[in-house]
Amino acid sequence: MRFGAFCCAAITVLSAGWSIQASAQISGDAVKIGFLTDISGTYADNDGQGGVEAIKMAIADFGGTVNGKKIELLYADHLNKVDVANNKAHEWFDQDGLDMMIGGANSSVGLALAKLSAEKKKPFMAVTAATARLTNEDCTPYTVAYAYDTISVSRGTGGAIVDQGGKTWFFITADYAFGTSLQDETAKVVQAKGGKVLGSVRHPVGASPNFSSLVLQAQASKAQILGLATSGGDLINAVKTANQFGVNKTMHLAAILTHITEINSLGLNLTQGMYLTDSWYWDQDDESRAWSKRFFAIVHRMPTAMQAADYSATLTYLKAVKALDSDDGDKVMAYMKTHPIDDLFTKHGTIRPDGRMVHDMYLRQVKTPAESKYPWDYYKTIRTIPGDQAFNTKAESQCKLWK
Amino acid sequence: MEIFGYPAQAVLSQLVIGLVNGSFYAMLSLGLAIIFGLLNVINLSHGALYMLGAFATWMGLDYLGLSYWAMLILAPLIVGLIGVVIEKTMLRWLYKLDHLYGLLLMIGLASFLEGLLQSFYGASGVSYSAPDALNGAADLGFMVLPVYQAWVVAVSLVVCFATWYAIERTRLGSYLRAGTENPRLVEAFGINVPRLITLTYAFGVGLAGLAGVLAAPTVQVSPQMGSNLIVVVFAVVVIGGLSSIVGAIVTGLVLGVAEALVSLFYPQASATVVFVIMAIVLVLRPAGLFGKER
Amino acid sequence: MIDRKVAYGLAVVVLLLAPHFVYPLFLMNVLCFALFACSFNLLIGFAGLVSFGHAAFFGGAGYIAGYVLATLHWPFALGIVAGIVTGASMGLGFGLLAARRNGIYFSMITLALAQMIYFVFLQAPFTGGEDGLQGIPRGTLAGLDLTNDMTFYYVVLAITSLGYALMLRVVHSPFGQVLLAIRENEARAVSLGYDVTRHKLLAFVLSTSLAGLAGATKAVSVGTQTLTDAHWAMSGLVILMVLIGGMGTYFGPVIGALVIVALESKLGDFGNLLAETTHVDWFRQIGVSVTMVTGLIFVVCVLTFRRGIVGSMLALSRKAGGQGARQHG
Repeated sequence: MRFGAFCCAAITVLSAGWSIQASAQISGDAVKIGFLTDISGTYADNDGQGGVEAIKMAIADFGGTVNGKKIELLYADHLNKVDVANNKAHEWFDQDGLDMMIGGANSSVGLALAKLSAEKKKPFMAVTAATARLTNEDCTPYTVAYAYDTISVSRGTGGAIVDQGGKTWFFITADYAFGTSLQDETAKVVQAKGGKVLGSVRHPVGASPNFSSLVLQAQASKAQILGLATSGGDLINAVKTANQFGVNKTMHLAAILTHITEINSLGLNLTQGMYLTDSWYWDQDDESRAWSKRFFAIVHRMPTAMQAADYSATLTYLKAVKALDSDDGDKVMAYMKTHPIDDLFTKHGTIRPDGRMVHDMYLRQVKTPAESKYPWDYYKTIRTIPGDQAFNTKAESQCKLWK
Repeated sequence: MEIFGYPAQAVLSQLVIGLVNGSFYAMLSLGLAIIFGLLNVINLSHGALYMLGAFATWMGLDYLGLSYWAMLILAPLIVGLIGVVIEKTMLRWLYKLDHLYGLLLMIGLASFLEGLLQSFYGASGVSYSAPDALNGAADLGFMVLPVYQAWVVAVSLVVCFATWYAIERTRLGSYLRAGTENPRLVEAFGINVPRLITLTYAFGVGLAGLAGVLAAPTVQVSPQMGSNLIVVVFAVVVIGGLSSIVGAIVTGLVLGVAEALVSLFYPQASATVVFVIMAIVLVLRPAGLFGKER
Repeated sequence: MIDRKVAYGLAVVVLLLAPHFVYPLFLMNVLCFALFACSFNLLIGFAGLVSFGHAAFFGGAGYIAGYVLATLHWPFALGIVAGIVTGASMGLGFGLLAARRNGIYFSMITLALAQMIYFVFLQAPFTGGEDGLQGIPRGTLAGLDLTNDMTFYYVVLAITSLGYALMLRVVHSPFGQVLLAIRENEARAVSLGYDVTRHKLLAFVLSTSLAGLAGATKAVSVGTQTLTDAHWAMSGLVILMVLIGGMGTYFGPVIGALVIVALESKLGDFGNLLAETTHVDWFRQIGVSVTMVTGLIFVVCVLTFRRGIVGSMLALSRKAGGQGARQHG
């Protein structure tokens, strides 16, 4: 053991010198895009392998090359573990010369990747991680929060529903920072517009049979709107339980954050009439329909807003690289923040100094089975919520870069 | 009228919900208790088999057009058959070894089954609705109780009672109990002990399958539905006394009620209250409320 | 077969040179999990106690160390010590409640307590909930800048080697022998006059301290600490690591940790590779389903490969070597 210790010390000294020289290489022969998401866990349907396909479509639609250099996609499943995401991301940045990172699908991973990308001075497009911290306390010059965040879905849903007449609310909230922030943001908006929050109840995450107790309490409150500040399997269970107790007949359900895959898994019978907010829907215009048909042929499901955002984010980046003829992180970020986005995902998106990509959000309502004419025909659009109303303002921002 | 500062109506309705959930827990933990009590196997794959029961119910409807009522009989049989296969091909080799290996096998099996189903059906799962006869809700005055939930209580209690009776009061049950205490002697009497053991395991998991059928209309049928539940069900069995059937039933009911009441007073902790109770019971009375230390 | 000293020397050389060939961050991860697995092995392989809640110590130490380093700005060394102390004190708490029991009851108490701790971490604001505790700094140690991955690798190697050496010391000591006796037959040990409960408690605290050391070190190496590290699935994963490596062997858990961490990181690449060479697209599914593969490995190991990798190697070498060195791997 003593011999080993000596070896350790000697090599440490030598390696310290050695490692200063072995710095990261910046690839000059290809533009490399990395994608880390949850491919096999609970969020797999919202982004997952479909997201991979969406990015591949973007690369193919762009032509496969940018100014003569090939575009390569590296992707991996982060298993919702920061360790795995961190290792993979480091490897890609340091050994493969990664130029841009997309992903998240999990707030803790999203935050960790944002930090790492900032260290490496490469752009990071956060698509599925909903935490607003990415453009507030934890903002960096290299992060772009591309799709939704907890603030925009809350303000969208809360504000628009109160305007429709839903003034009294009861919340069932996931006992997580995410759930709390959804509830708080929605409550703020509801109260600002003259509505009232009659009560709320928090559920432990993953609590399957427990929703009966919570739904009963919601029913007893006699509020008009049942705000579901939760997501994934818990949201699905809450909706199912609400239906069982007939709550969906006496209260309107509002799923503050949901994806079309969840509506699909629940079915229209259980979700009809439910309100939700999102940034994109496959059936919203001709361009979206055409793209979604192509997506469906590969993935056999209609795309979620997240997958469309993956596509759009990739294109936005590639357009910047092409125009600048460079993949230098600082230049690309500056370019993207000064050029609006007009594509499949949004017709007038802009990236603010705090990294927030601002675009319109839409209040939707789930159709009744009778109103639905073809597979995946789930939503009718009630209102458009302009971006500057949905996302947080400069005055509210906690980002040090945007003061 | 107020109880602890909450309206009586609210407390009463939570009690009813608690009994509903509790009877469901009771039935699930019954299977676990039987398998441990009679086979000394810690069946951690119980959750995955419950999930298979729910999926079988959905598959029956989706692929074969079989009704809920048909699946109520068929799904437990299918899961029981899977149990037979598991017991004969895998579990059998582990009886002579430390409990630990049986336990590890079950963890691995559960993981494998979940991963397998997820690769086919995705994480969000599939939707299944109750048959029309069981839809709707009854107005009990102080609360509205869905008919389906009343149905679940009824089935669970009947099944629990029938199982208890079969094991404690019939001859077959006595063979089972004797067979695990002293297999050699029982075999000497001409009773096929290995077959009895296989059947017991199959019955235990069949109960999980039945719980799956009952759950399919109320809870999202997803590959992870079992793993969310298994830790709680396990706690129920441990608190009741690992091999005690009465313990599993009574504790299931009590814990269901406890969970429901806690969700009224401090809902964030409703999942953790089971573990607090478990810790207290284990420290004070490690064999569980109704069990005997082995 | 191979002389023990040569085997160790080889291992030392490999570990010292490894970061020049394999990614240092990945290696650090392996080392931390290896130490975690060794700490678990101390309990299960030598004392015969199965703790179902070991993740509580691993994750808990990571959180406390992360907090004192990130928010209170303590120096690195103190942060690591804080991690060890966390592991030890939590272990003492759990142990006082659990040590009197054995078998499945011991395991269930540890599970119950671990679930309660998880709940505390979920609720406590300082952990950041599911966002995780971000921004844990590396700092410096005796003038060395630890933000350099290569440098930090050697620090982590030193730490884990010390932990491993401590584990060996414990096992070879008279105390360790008594633990083995307790594992073989607790009643007999009691009849021989040993204070079995005190021994179990001490073994438990040693194990949790090492787990705490591993957790704190990992938290600093990754820079973020999340709930995953305190969740019961992590407790299950460490059991798998020890099982695959070989329960009761010394080096087994290290191998097991390497296999599992590599699996999580590389399974996707492996699946793609298989798919490309065999042109069977279904193999890509393997890459996507880590749970399925892990489950399958678990099942196969338990049925046919109970001795684990190192255990089987030892058994083989014993058969081949016949007489000679008392090999312990």
